[in-house]
Amino acid sequence: MAVRTRRYSARDVTVLVIGLGVAIVVNVGLIWGPTLASVGLSGTDWNGIGPLRWVGGRNYADLAGAYPPFWSAVRNNLLWLGFLGLVATPFGLLCAVLLDRRLRLSRLYQSALYLPVVLSLAVVGFIAQLVYSSDYGVLNAVTGLSVDWLGDRSINIWVVMVAAGWRHVGYVMIIYLAGLKAVDPALKEAAAIDGASEAQTFFRVVFPTLRPVNVIVLVITVIEALRAFDIVYAINRGRNGLELLSVLVTENIVGEASRIGFGSAIAVILLAISIGFIVTYLSQLFREE
Amino acid sequence: MDHGAPLSRRNLLLGAAAAAGVPALLAGCSSGARPSAGGASASGGLGTVTLGSNASDEVPKKSLATVLASFHSAQVKVNTVDHNTFQENINRYLKGRPDDVFTWFAGYRMQFFAEQGLATDISDVWREIGGDYTQAFKDASTGTDGKQYFVPFTYYPWAVFYRKSLWRQKGYQPPRTLDEFTALARKMKADGLIPIAFADKDGWPAMGTFDIINMRTNGYDFHISLMGGKESWTDPRVRQVFDTWRGLMEYHQPAALGRTWQEAAQSLQQKKTGMYLLGMFVAQQFPENERDDIDFFTFPEIDPAHGTDSIDAPIDGYMISAKAKNVDGAKALLKHLAQAAAQNVATGLDPGTLAASSKADTSGYSTLQKRGAELVSKAKHIAQFLDRDTRPDFASTVMIPSLQSFVGKPGEIDSLLAGIEKQKATIFR
Repeated sequence: MAVRTRRYSARDVTVLVIGLGVAIVVNVGLIWGPTLASVGLSGTDWNGIGPLRWVGGRNYADLAGAYPPFWSAVRNNLLWLGFLGLVATPFGLLCAVLLDRRLRLSRLYQSALYLPVVLSLAVVGFIAQLVYSSDYGVLNAVTGLSVDWLGDRSINIWVVMVAAGWRHVGYVMIIYLAGLKAVDPALKEAAAIDGASEAQTFFRVVFPTLRPVNVIVLVITVIEALRAFDIVYAINRGRNGLELLSVLVTENIVGEASRIGFGSAIAVILLAISIGFIVTYLSQLFREE
Repeated sequence: MDHGAPLSRRNLLLGAAAAAGVPALLAGCSSGARPSAGGASASGGLGTVTLGSNASDEVPKKSLATVLASFHSAQVKVNTVDHNTFQENINRYLKGRPDDVFTWFAGYRMQFFAEQGLATDISDVWREIGGDYTQAFKDASTGTDGKQYFVPFTYYPWAVFYRKSLWRQKGYQPPRTLDEFTALARKMKADGLIPIAFADKDGWPAMGTFDIINMRTNGYDFHISLMGGKESWTDPRVRQVFDTWRGLMEYHQPAALGRTWQEAAQSLQQKKTGMYLLGMFVAQQFPENERDDIDFFTFPEIDPAHGTDSIDAPIDGYMISAKAKNVDGAKALLKHLAQAAAQNVATGLDPGTLAASSKADTSGYSTLQKRGAELVSKAKHIAQFLDRDTRPDFASTVMIPSLQSFVGKPGEIDSLLAGIEKQKATIFR
């Protein structure tokens, strides 16, 4: 005699349906809907006015073969990621470690490093122009050089990344600083008693305990690199060596150009790159659990 | 506590979601933020006309308000939107809920929207106002179907500007031919000046240089046909344009891609540079008491077959949207805006512009305005500037990066032109 127990009452089901339903509707309507719409539009040559016409993969072929800004944008996005990940983030960690040792005036350094973080990247872009402008910029005035820092496409991406890194360092520093404060001092003492050098203590003992912080920093770095937009847009609307995928999407879709199909194709590429990172990150996360 | 508690907590949550979340979402979806500004009003028999204006700067805004104050046939409600925002959103604006009348540009940029059926045919208005405009202005207001869609209001010519005092002091004379131009530039360089002020950070100023060299070398018809996507960019005639330009590059202000036109204009004002090819709005960068010191010459002749018969002189004006609710009122407003008196109000307030009507009173013009009007009246063809003479997507996503790449590396012409031609094929199809 199996007693069939109803695990959910009718009321439970209603609540469940409404609760889940709202979440699903919001998720599909605001995230998956637009995403799939972009993927769909990327196969058309829609200009925002006329009828939708299916062109298959032509936008992607044009992107790769006949749109020079595309490859420079891909290159710049990767450079941006590399620079933030390999230069700015380690430097932020270094600052955090130094500040954690309670140097004299450490509060002052900490504030100075953290200050740019409260600025929007668009503002950092304006500040960068005051520094780098070839005619009135501080850098040329102080050094006596006459380099066109922002106009020369072989160097402008680097100086802009330095400006973006300036902000990123403070961001990373404050996160690591919080992480370092939480490390149990007993661990360091134990390592010191065991005769570990300062470097060994940090790399073998302290850094591994920072693992959760590392993951957060990594995610922030990737997000910052992929969503970079405002700083180059403020400087020269992301042209002439400062192309980024996000800017090209805007330039094609939002501007007067209205190449919505073509711009969507660029957005899909950006999505594919983002998904690559998200999948790697999630699979890493799940494997641990 | 019985098991009723968690349920009611859930209900509470749901209630909260319904009360706060959903309406917030709905509010987020509605496309509010329709910018508006107070409009001039006058009672009249034709109801209310709405006017979408990009005159967000103080001077043009004031001049529009003054012009509208003398319009009595209908009430006018002005919606002012930031200049660039207006331009960038024009597609969505015309597709959505446009105003009856809106500010726009003559030439291809007008034709593009007329062709998509987003503008109202105003040929009947032109039968009345036609006598006030020259043929060049009428052509610039005519769609590809031969009907008129646009009423010219003001315009400004492009030319090579210089400071009279500097030129008098150094004994320079306006050049007539390309050789004289180059010789002058060489002399300026020897005198320690940067001959030609130049800036292209924003991407569009270099278009002016391309336009004028192309029109001088290959003539207006070829230029317009090239802009219309009908000619090949790998044509030797186009190559010739870039070759000529490259020859002049050594006299251009270096590091142009990091400079705005305002900075280049200031270098002209400070007498660091000798001359500057730009629109008449260059005067904005000069203090009021130095504006009489500005003079200009039209870009010199390159091919005698074309002489100096064409110039860039972008025309600003008004159109009626296809979805206009009050077409009669809108047409009456356009007739009012076409009147010389209305345009004179604008030119009086904004010294960087000229009245489009040939009946306009030029006696109130500044010296510079008078010279500008004279220049335009001598020109046989008036081009609208590259980004107004071609498809907006071609201008912004192909020509801006390409011209910037030329300015950065003037040596690589062949690969650049092949690239433009390839991209052109993906846009004009």
